[in-house]
Amino acid sequence: METPDYKKLTTNGFWHNNPALIQLLGLCPLLAVSSTFINALGLGIATTLVMIGSNVTVSLIRDNIKQELRIPIFVLIIASFVTIIELSMNAYLHELYNILGIFIPLIVTNCVIIARVEAFASKNDVKSSFVDGLTMGLGFTAVLLILGSVREIIGQGTLFSQAHLMFGESFRDVQITLVSDYGGFLLAILPPGAFIGLGLLIALKNVIEKRRLERQAEKSIILNPDVS
Amino acid sequence: MAMESKNQNNTILQNIWKAGKALAVFAMVSSGLVALTFLLTEDQIAENERQALLHNLHELVPPHLHDNDLYTDNITIDAPTLNYRGKAITIYRARMENKPKSAIFSVIAPDGYSGAIKLLVAINHDETVAGVRVVSHKETPGLGDAIDIQKSDWIRIFDNKSLSNPKLNDWRVKKDGGYFDQLTGATITPRAIVKMSKKTLEYFSKNKIAVFEARSDYGNTGL
Repeated sequence: METPDYKKLTTNGFWHNNPALIQLLGLCPLLAVSSTFINALGLGIATTLVMIGSNVTVSLIRDNIKQELRIPIFVLIIASFVTIIELSMNAYLHELYNILGIFIPLIVTNCVIIARVEAFASKNDVKSSFVDGLTMGLGFTAVLLILGSVREIIGQGTLFSQAHLMFGESFRDVQITLVSDYGGFLLAILPPGAFIGLGLLIALKNVIEKRRLERQAEKSIILNPDVS
Repeated sequence: MAMESKNQNNTILQNIWKAGKALAVFAMVSSGLVALTFLLTEDQIAENERQALLHNLHELVPPHLHDNDLYTDNITIDAPTLNYRGKAITIYRARMENKPKSAIFSVIAPDGYSGAIKLLVAINHDETVAGVRVVSHKETPGLGDAIDIQKSDWIRIFDNKSLSNPKLNDWRVKKDGGYFDQLTGATITPRAIVKMSKKTLEYFSKNKIAVFEARSDYGNTGL
């Protein structure tokens, strides 16, 4: 077996195969929860933990499960991790748990997780499955955070509001009010704002990617004039 | 032929048996882990819920206005005008030196713009409102959600009001010819809250003695 290429796994998770921008998986929680930075961070971390847990577990048992049985077993593993994380959040991050509400248990239905488990962890060793779960989770979180920040800034003119829900009372004041006396822009907070925001992010990613490829092509033409 | 199909049947049965065993093992291990987490977090979660509720109750009846344990001094009553989908409601009672001070009704306004709105309505013994707070709601962000004390002070409009101030007939939003301001861009949400607060006041004024004297679910006697 070839040695796993961690650099490639990382760029895949964040860029080339980003779960939210390229695979377009897990959009339901992504769109619903990204109305503020802190909500996005909470869901992002919970999803990442579930992804790492289920990737590692599936990778550990991958040689001992029959092909026909794998899907129910994967679902069982993912559901257990989600329940464990849900109970822990209820116990230690109670208010954030109340805000994220139904979207914590719904992590079970986030297709990113079963997709990574099926496409990657069930065929690769524990270490690279761990890295894959981590980078895919962080890639998902990164998109959530960008979308959350943009929607919070445009929607209510603040950033990091309600940080105390996650980090405790001492963080109540980290909220940055960018525009004081801002009336708010409802569209950004409502679901259509999430769709428009995500659409723009995907467009931006495609533009950057296209520029990069063009530059690469130019370089190769300069290096080997024969190609043209 | 007969032998072959019998063998085939046997292997199918064996496969089913094996698969069943594997699934059972996985189910047991994962339920075990979930059960363990549940046991480890159970007390903390109950405590969180108690604290969150007490925090809400103390918003309405501050600790210095009562000397009993609000959390345990409560009753569940079946009040046809206040029940939500036939479910009985809970009332928390505040007392000072065993004299009734105020009652906090945990009620649900069923007719918000996007579903039910969970409220706490606190009423003083003299039938004035000590305060109303929204515990949870699904109203439109930026419009209806101004009922939340975190977003605006609108909900304080009920403080010190009673069924005679404003007059009984004025217990409606302005748009319906009543006393209470609606919110910009949202009439249905405030209407639901005004209606529920009025019903709660009416219930309290008819059943005041029973509300304070009923034996609490935790066994605390009334007066």
